[in-house]
Amino acid sequence: MSERTIRGKTAVAGIGETTYYKRAQAPDPEFKMGLEAILLAAEDAGIDVREIDGFASYSNDRNTPERIASALGIPHYGFSNMFWGGGGGGGSGAMANAVAAIAAGYSDVVVVYRALAQGQFGRFGQGAAIPKAPGQMAFTAPYGLMSPAQTFAMRVQRFMHDHGVKQDVLRAISMTSYAHAQNNPRAVMQGRELTEEIYENSRWIVEPFHLFDCCMENDGAAAVIVVSAERAKDLKQKPAYILGAAQGSFLRQGASAHNAPDYATSNFKTVAPKLYEQAGVGPKDVDVLQSYENFTGGVLMSMVEHGFCEPDECNEFFTLENFRAPDGKLPLNTSGGNLAECYMHGLELITEAVKQIRGTSPNQVEDVNISMVTSGPMVQPVSSMILASEPS
Amino acid sequence: MTAEQEYTLPEGLPAPAPDVDGLGAEFWEATKEHKLLVQRCQEDNCDTWQWGPEHICHTCHSWDLGYEEVEPTGVVYSWERVWYPVHPALATGLPYMTVLVELPQAGNVRMVGNLVGQDPEAEIKIGQAVEAVFEDHGEGEDAYTLVQWRPSAS
Repeated sequence: MSERTIRGKTAVAGIGETTYYKRAQAPDPEFKMGLEAILLAAEDAGIDVREIDGFASYSNDRNTPERIASALGIPHYGFSNMFWGGGGGGGSGAMANAVAAIAAGYSDVVVVYRALAQGQFGRFGQGAAIPKAPGQMAFTAPYGLMSPAQTFAMRVQRFMHDHGVKQDVLRAISMTSYAHAQNNPRAVMQGRELTEEIYENSRWIVEPFHLFDCCMENDGAAAVIVVSAERAKDLKQKPAYILGAAQGSFLRQGASAHNAPDYATSNFKTVAPKLYEQAGVGPKDVDVLQSYENFTGGVLMSMVEHGFCEPDECNEFFTLENFRAPDGKLPLNTSGGNLAECYMHGLELITEAVKQIRGTSPNQVEDVNISMVTSGPMVQPVSSMILASEPS
Repeated sequence: MTAEQEYTLPEGLPAPAPDVDGLGAEFWEATKEHKLLVQRCQEDNCDTWQWGPEHICHTCHSWDLGYEEVEPTGVVYSWERVWYPVHPALATGLPYMTVLVELPQAGNVRMVGNLVGQDPEAEIKIGQAVEAVFEDHGEGEDAYTLVQWRPSAS
């Protein structure tokens, strides 16, 4: 077999986003917003939307390729793909699947999309009101452990204990997102500054997470169009080449009742080395990072597992100063991300990573060559991706 | 527990049940007798403990699995103090403590429960020894028993 790699073979040619709304505030139905984002992404790329011949999404998106293709009159599609798992673990994974479809020749123009209208379909942060909790749920729900925040706080607490991580670290991650959102007109939390005092005085949701350690819940839609590197060169926008996109999980991370043998992890321990090997770059080469904040503790462990900092050095490395664009050591979550721009299950982190390559971010970092995304820490499976301004 | 005693969490949360395929039934039946069971591979050369219950041994892939009664003690592996009601029933019971307890006598498998025997706002340390408290709920066909954890001397 010839060399098995997707390195530099594809690029992001178009991105599209609806207005982002607070939860249940969207004036449009979810499906309509999904269509709008796809049309905007095609227009951004300079591609007729009918050329889309592949679909990839994640997190059990309700808006199926067949319904979208029928609505848009798409003459043919050769790839329809759902990345398994919940939350945002499949953001970069759906991108990886789109890339694979193009590299394999199944499709030429793949759209990765996500649409969410929680006002229409219900919320994430609540336990189910059911009389019985069968199977795996029986070992957690009767004890009042039902939400993602609770599921992940237990892992983060253990990581912070093992490595002496202070609450200031989580606070710095949250304040970074809020600081960047203040310059982003698209951010739901623009105009809502977060100070140390406001963070410290905010209510606990579940220790060690304050309110501001938890992602928002929002309505909106986003879409990303992936094509071959050759095609991208001739299109409207500066291509964001995909150097690497990795996905996966490791030994018994899904074992029930919190029995993963390696417990205090974001689940990137086997994915991160694969990503860097494929991309041919390392953490020191990364100019700007979008790291999925379902909860700040997930960012903490994702960044450690992607080699940005040793686990015992977090208290020194995780500061607003280090993460703030444009001059911080590692500008982080430069749109405001899931905490302060919009919780579009991290697809908004991928559009932001593309903007950093193009030079159009609201918090632009100078001369970005390598722009990285980590998706959905602590779920199973997870994924991450490296974009670049050049294909090699 | 007697009728006068309060439950750790308010009533109205989902009751534990075996999986639709029956997995876990032995464990929940045993808790009603205040016994703590953990699944264990029955192959002589394996003896792997595993939790939660599975249909197959994750080490040797034997189908020959059983449950063994273990001493109902453990060590706090992690904890969280919950302040937000994720279920309507919890609105009057905040905050409460959820602990993840490691069982060294059973291959370090872990179980989730609530911390009892101290104020939920009191400190708990990772590494604290705990013992199981079997908390009986309901009657007849609706009876079930939760396994809670209380700090112990060693």
